[in-house]
Amino acid sequence: MNLVKRLGLPRIIIIVFFVLLWFVAGAKSLPVPLLMKDSLVRIGMNLIMVLAMVPAIRSGIGLNFALPIGIICGILGGVMAIEFEIIGLAGFLYALAIAIPLSVAFGWIYGIMLNRIKGSEMLVSTYVGFSIVSLFCIAWIVLPFTSDEMRWPIGEGLRTVVSLESTFGGILNKFWAIPFSNGFIFPTGLILFGAFICLVYYLFSQTRVGIAMKTVGDNPKFAAATGLNVDRYRILGTILSTVLGAIGMVVFAQSFGYIQLYTAPLMMAFPAVAAILIGGATAKKANISFVIIGTILFQGLLTISLPVASSFFEGGNISEVIRMIVQNGIILYALAQGGGE
Amino acid sequence: MQNEYVLQMKDIQKEYYGNHVLKGINLNIKPGEIHAIVGENGAGKSTLMNILFGMRVIHDTGGFQGEVIIDGKKVIAKSSEEVMQLGVGMVHQEFMLIPDFTIAENIKLNREITKENFVSKTFNNQSLEFLNRKLMNEEAKVALDTLGMDIKETTKVAVLPIGHKQFIEIAREIDKKGIKLLVFDEPTAVLTESEAENLLKSMKVLANKGIGILFITHRLDEVKSVTDNITIIRDGEHIKTVETTDVTVEEIAGLMVGRQITISQNEDMKSASEMDALDTILDVKNLKVHMPGEEVKGIDLEVKKGEILGIAGLAGHGKIGIANGIMGLHKASGEVKFKGEPLAIQNTKDSLAKNIAFVSEDRKGVGLLLDGSIEDNIMITSMQVKRQFLNGLGLINKPKVRKHALEMIEQLDIRCTGPTQATRRLSGGNQQKVCLARALTQEPELLFVSEPTRGIDIGAKKLVLDYLTMLAKDHNVTVVVTSSELAELRAVCDRIAIIAEGRLEGILLPSAEDVEFGLMMSGEYHKYKGGNS
Repeated sequence: MNLVKRLGLPRIIIIVFFVLLWFVAGAKSLPVPLLMKDSLVRIGMNLIMVLAMVPAIRSGIGLNFALPIGIICGILGGVMAIEFEIIGLAGFLYALAIAIPLSVAFGWIYGIMLNRIKGSEMLVSTYVGFSIVSLFCIAWIVLPFTSDEMRWPIGEGLRTVVSLESTFGGILNKFWAIPFSNGFIFPTGLILFGAFICLVYYLFSQTRVGIAMKTVGDNPKFAAATGLNVDRYRILGTILSTVLGAIGMVVFAQSFGYIQLYTAPLMMAFPAVAAILIGGATAKKANISFVIIGTILFQGLLTISLPVASSFFEGGNISEVIRMIVQNGIILYALAQGGGE
Repeated sequence: MQNEYVLQMKDIQKEYYGNHVLKGINLNIKPGEIHAIVGENGAGKSTLMNILFGMRVIHDTGGFQGEVIIDGKKVIAKSSEEVMQLGVGMVHQEFMLIPDFTIAENIKLNREITKENFVSKTFNNQSLEFLNRKLMNEEAKVALDTLGMDIKETTKVAVLPIGHKQFIEIAREIDKKGIKLLVFDEPTAVLTESEAENLLKSMKVLANKGIGILFITHRLDEVKSVTDNITIIRDGEHIKTVETTDVTVEEIAGLMVGRQITISQNEDMKSASEMDALDTILDVKNLKVHMPGEEVKGIDLEVKKGEILGIAGLAGHGKIGIANGIMGLHKASGEVKFKGEPLAIQNTKDSLAKNIAFVSEDRKGVGLLLDGSIEDNIMITSMQVKRQFLNGLGLINKPKVRKHALEMIEQLDIRCTGPTQATRRLSGGNQQKVCLARALTQEPELLFVSEPTRGIDIGAKKLVLDYLTMLAKDHNVTVVVTSSELAELRAVCDRIAIIAEGRLEGILLPSAEDVEFGLMMSGEYHKYKGGNS
């Protein structure tokens, strides 16, 4: 009973639906072990981007629809690694080493901006996210990259999709991966890395600064009366969110095996937003358990619902349509309803 | 048929959740009479007006007892529109005007005069008719002339000075057909002296036309100069209705403040020689605080080490602004010295670090993290400012926080399900205790407490007040209490500073006469007693 109350009715319904889908998948003789592997991989590759929502919500700027800022930084890190032909684990770390300072700088500037538009952060952030993606559409053409891996064979600029196969694709997924005889593979490295980042964030949230940031988000007036510099902690929250977005993107790319440039990051904030909301967060309240529950449910649902839906409806693009309905439906529902406790 | 009274209120009683706020008020107003209601904040004046106007808050909380008779008819109003149709008008304290409309449009708002047009005739619908601006302007002009206002009715309200806006409000009321009673709720609060004078003059003009006027104000000399009768309310009780000519301003002030019986006067206050021997801990010079609604306009004040200093005054006169300004929560200027050293009053963190603590009057807005647990609320300031409750790794030391919270819960008798309960779920009194617990955790030398007993029950009140006394006596904490409840201040303080109109009117001992408190609070002490105290 207590668990039901803690999770909240919406999550119970979703969990029941989720479990039901797995049974249907079994009954329809879909390859369950493979689907499970896909689910785990998708959970692992999205986890950090969902976590990126937490510092934003905690510091009071709400859901960070401007996550593409961090994502672009992550992409920049990735393409730099390719440009300088740093491969394997070193390439992955190099991508992070480039992405993190960049995202700190971008996050800082963006945080200053958010302090000037208090009260309408979420609306503005949506458009800031769109704008930065458009800006970088130009950048991908004009930036002086020389690697043949990335450039169009003829013409100017980088390709829309860059393969990571020869650099750091799957570096985490393959790390200590445990294969089973039925086709299921446990992506140990990916899951461990996600868990590690969550742990680091959890420890941060227990420090004086982490608590101060949450205080600012909970009640700015109270925070001011406690001698905290509200604007500074909001900037800190924005920076953390952007940095996590960048790390999340590098992890996402290595698992995906490709970096998608141009308009691909445009909508990437939305699955992350949907996941944390489905986990029970609101625009004002979030913690790591919401991130984990939300990512499992949302990414798990997407993975399982597509083949199940396709097995009912023949052919065409129906599964993509259903994905859009599920994802945006969840955002809408969660913004209209309260979360768990 | 002319009735003897335009308004009669008979034995009005009202309780909010078992708390008697009105205990039998009687009011009789004749046509052409100017009748004042005076009383301290919270005496029950606004509740009385809410009853008269049938406001929802009254019905939602179980209605009231007694009778309201308007122009001879017994009325149980369900809405203010109903009352207004009976010829009662209200001039609000805040202006309810639309800036981009002309004066005439504002006066005629929602009572526009219209003329038919083609469309309205076709659909037989009045709301489609055009405005008859000519007639509207003419009628507005008449209303303005009645008030002696020489101003064009087609001027936009936005460009008018504040004083004029007040008159537009009044013009709107008297323009209504068959107006019999006008209620003025502190109309002069925002006006300059000459504007106020004009307003009082036009009140007399209106009264001469046979309109009854109910005048609510704190300014006793205005009451004295224009009214015919005065009703004094204190703590919801009808103290007295007198003819204005029979009383002096001092007598009104004395009746208004009165001696309250529930909490007795501080018995072991420090004597004059003891006070003189104390060091000055806080020296405030020319403090100005820009706090909306509680402006402080230059205050000099000395706080002695170990005393309990009360700050009293009427709502909106700036008493609340003092602590908020010194703690840097609102823009402030002035010279403040703490223990002889200059205090950066715009730097909240610095003040907190110097062991000055603050319990805000806005408990829910500023004082608490409502979704946070009791233990988080208690430790947070000390953790942030003094880095307490952290372990060697810089992480929060949860066992220590828990232990301290449990101690505080016991010490202050906080009624809760446990230290992890969210403060939102606590009663007002227990929330206040959590705020106090946080301030105490800072181990302050100087503690500012604003409105410590607002909205809490009598038992918790006593505990909070006793606790403040204990702090001063046993822990040598200097306490500055700001409160609207004079009786409480007289119960715990060594000295009481009275603020009027954003300035220090004077400092009284708790044992001073009621009259002196009353006069000082209305800012008229020096007029009647002379000199500078």
